Amino acid sequence: MDFHLLWFLLLGVLLGGYAVLDGFDLGVGILHPFLAKTDAERRIFMNAIGPTWDGNEVWLITFGGALFAAFPDAYATLFSGFYLALMAVLFALILRAVSLEFRSKLQGGFWRSFWDFLFFLGSFLAAVLLGVAGGNVLMGIPIGRNWEFTGNFLTLLRPFPILTGLLTAALLALHGAAFLQLKTAGELRSRINRAARKIYWVFLVLFLAALAWGYMKAPYLKSNFQKYPWAWAVVGAAVLVLLWHYRCLLKEKAGRAFLGSTILTLGAIFLFAFGLFPNILISSTDPAWNMTIYNASSSLQTLKTMAVIAGIGMPVVLIYTAFIYWIFRGKVQLEETSY
Amino acid sequence: MDVVALSRLQFALTTAFHYIFPPLAIGLGLMLVLLERRYLVTKDPDYERVVKFWTRIYGLNFAVGVATGIILEFEFGTNWSTYSRFVGDIFGSPLAAEGVFAFFLESCFLGVLVFGWNRVGPKMHYFSTWMVFLGSILSSIWIIVANSWQQTPAGYHIVERVVNGVTVKRAEITDFWQAVFNPSTVHRLLHVWMAAFILGAFLVMSVAAYFILKKRDEKIWKESFRSALWVGVVFSILVLGSGHFQADMVAKQQPSKLAAFEGLYKTPEGGAPLYLWGLPDDEKQEVKFGLAIPGGLSFLVHGDFSTPVPGLDKFPPDERPDLVAATFLSYHVMVGLGMLFIFYMLLVLFFHWKGTLFQKKWLLRFSVVAVVLPLIANETGWGAAEMGRQPWIVWKLLKTKDAVSPILNEAEVTASLVMFTGLFTILGILWFFLLTRKIRAGLAPAPAPAGGEGSIELELGMGDSSSAAETSSQES
Repeated sequence: MDFHLLWFLLLGVLLGGYAVLDGFDLGVGILHPFLAKTDAERRIFMNAIGPTWDGNEVWLITFGGALFAAFPDAYATLFSGFYLALMAVLFALILRAVSLEFRSKLQGGFWRSFWDFLFFLGSFLAAVLLGVAGGNVLMGIPIGRNWEFTGNFLTLLRPFPILTGLLTAALLALHGAAFLQLKTAGELRSRINRAARKIYWVFLVLFLAALAWGYMKAPYLKSNFQKYPWAWAVVGAAVLVLLWHYRCLLKEKAGRAFLGSTILTLGAIFLFAFGLFPNILISSTDPAWNMTIYNASSSLQTLKTMAVIAGIGMPVVLIYTAFIYWIFRGKVQLEETSY
Repeated sequence: MDVVALSRLQFALTTAFHYIFPPLAIGLGLMLVLLERRYLVTKDPDYERVVKFWTRIYGLNFAVGVATGIILEFEFGTNWSTYSRFVGDIFGSPLAAEGVFAFFLESCFLGVLVFGWNRVGPKMHYFSTWMVFLGSILSSIWIIVANSWQQTPAGYHIVERVVNGVTVKRAEITDFWQAVFNPSTVHRLLHVWMAAFILGAFLVMSVAAYFILKKRDEKIWKESFRSALWVGVVFSILVLGSGHFQADMVAKQQPSKLAAFEGLYKTPEGGAPLYLWGLPDDEKQEVKFGLAIPGGLSFLVHGDFSTPVPGLDKFPPDERPDLVAATFLSYHVMVGLGMLFIFYMLLVLFFHWKGTLFQKKWLLRFSVVAVVLPLIANETGWGAAEMGRQPWIVWKLLKTKDAVSPILNEAEVTASLVMFTGLFTILGILWFFLLTRKIRAGLAPAPAPAGGEGSIELELGMGDSSSAAETSSQES
């Protein structure tokens, strides 16, 4: 068994889990100031993710830990190279977390508007920055012979990563809208549905642009499609889901629309990982200095130990996560313990 | 300051701020489990109110703890990339295991703990409380494993690898369990747990004393005070023993750290003194205004008063900790507070035994503010352990100054340091303000006898919520 490949796939699962689960949390935050008008509506938005956003964010933390454990050199190069960008991500995630927790603790217009704004800012910034980071990784970044990043913060602000940053925000807004339709009723739900149908077109344009651009310019996407033609089936399925998702929005089938946006989010993560393989970090300076799942990994013993840890732990995590979502199923009801 | 100093300062700041919250989660977690169990056994509605009160406090602490904890996991890579490359094969696994086994558990069940009162039955809620507590315990295990490996590495070998034609060294694992149970793990873990339990006891006693003084819900708060007192008595005594064994381990494994703890700049003739207090001067290499038990340190380490203990002068200059005075002070503040905790707990126990405890206003007033002391003890304990480890980031394998990310510049680290300082100042003030406000609000009013106030359900827009919920669950 190829444990290097296994860990590449497991990292994809962790990133996919994060994108799907915290993705709709971030989407709710992005939509929050635009669609929730009254204080009660804003509380419904926040309480829709209230009991679960915390656990959702753990997928990112675990992704970070697993990257560190399985591919320490890639973790070191990426995290030190993207220093200021990651500090901004941390800043955004902290704003998101504390605005959720602090907002409800006091009455008062200014207090609540202040945290509403930070909730939006944190969510939007986190989505865009993670998308920018992903776009950079997909296109390749300047990495020297010693595997150190040789660019700076401005290196990261290239057109393609900015496009993927906006694409991520649009995708998560769409996904968040689908989630909110599950959690709301009545006029509020119709309002979210109408907004989703508009966001859909923004997402579609950004997605097609990024796909075409990535196919032409990302160093390994095209060649991997030639090497593994079965991946076209995934793209084909994604296009069908894309059409189906809009149909579900038109018919106001919230559950199916959410399933659709979940598949689309996973599809985006798949394309990202597929465009890298077998690299984790692509050196735009010299392909010989690429960091691959073989040369940048931990020892085989560590990869095996970690596989045991994941094999024992993750099924249990999935079971109780599903159980917690089941407990909090249905429409949001504001109670005395709510935010 | 250079990048190394700035990165050290940033790591110290982010860790110290974060470390307010994990011991609170562990300590208050234990108290929650005990109080909720009492509720299940007695069915006393007062216990339900008090447990609900503490879950609100717990939720607030947890949110700030999560928000600040994620920074630490990123910082190994952002600021200490050379370290990450060197130790990733060993150090990464416990961090990943912490995510898989601990963070998911506590974060997922926290939702039920805080928001689930009307969604699950009392037994399921009690189970969730246990899971959150268990998660915080598991989290402490993995992070102490990781940190202890830095203090006393085991189960590894150094491997040379060729990266793009250049040979580089890194530590690779040879025995996972030996790395997990390295010589300091168990000692440090027990010490951290006990310190956290003491903090939890102090917190409950503080809030209980406040309401006893205010004469609000006195009966239940007196019972809470007594429950916490027992936890406090047991663990403040046990932590002394745990501390002794840990110091013993440090003496064997990390003698230069022990010398820094005790301000032993120069190896004394004969027995080494044990300072009760003092003010070390790093420039002059001496302890001023000190009061010491002659030969006391020798007695604690060797069992007699005259066997020498090596001072810092026995170690090469580039292998001595750079912040001896700060290490000494942190360590002594922690030990001094630990002694005070035993005295305080026994004093409270004495008045409890005499039956006059709740008439001693001065003692209750002290209890209200005393909660800050175990917080300081937790922080200074960590501070001493980490500063005393210097100049090593991994004991005898890698120095802190060689572990920093080589590509960082001072402007970048200054920017992030300023951001965290500003953010934590504001967060800290708001957290303290909201926490004390929440505490002062006290217990929610007792529920009306039957069919009284339940949840305030607020439905927006049109439509019957239950039928709408059914539709959506069918769809998904």
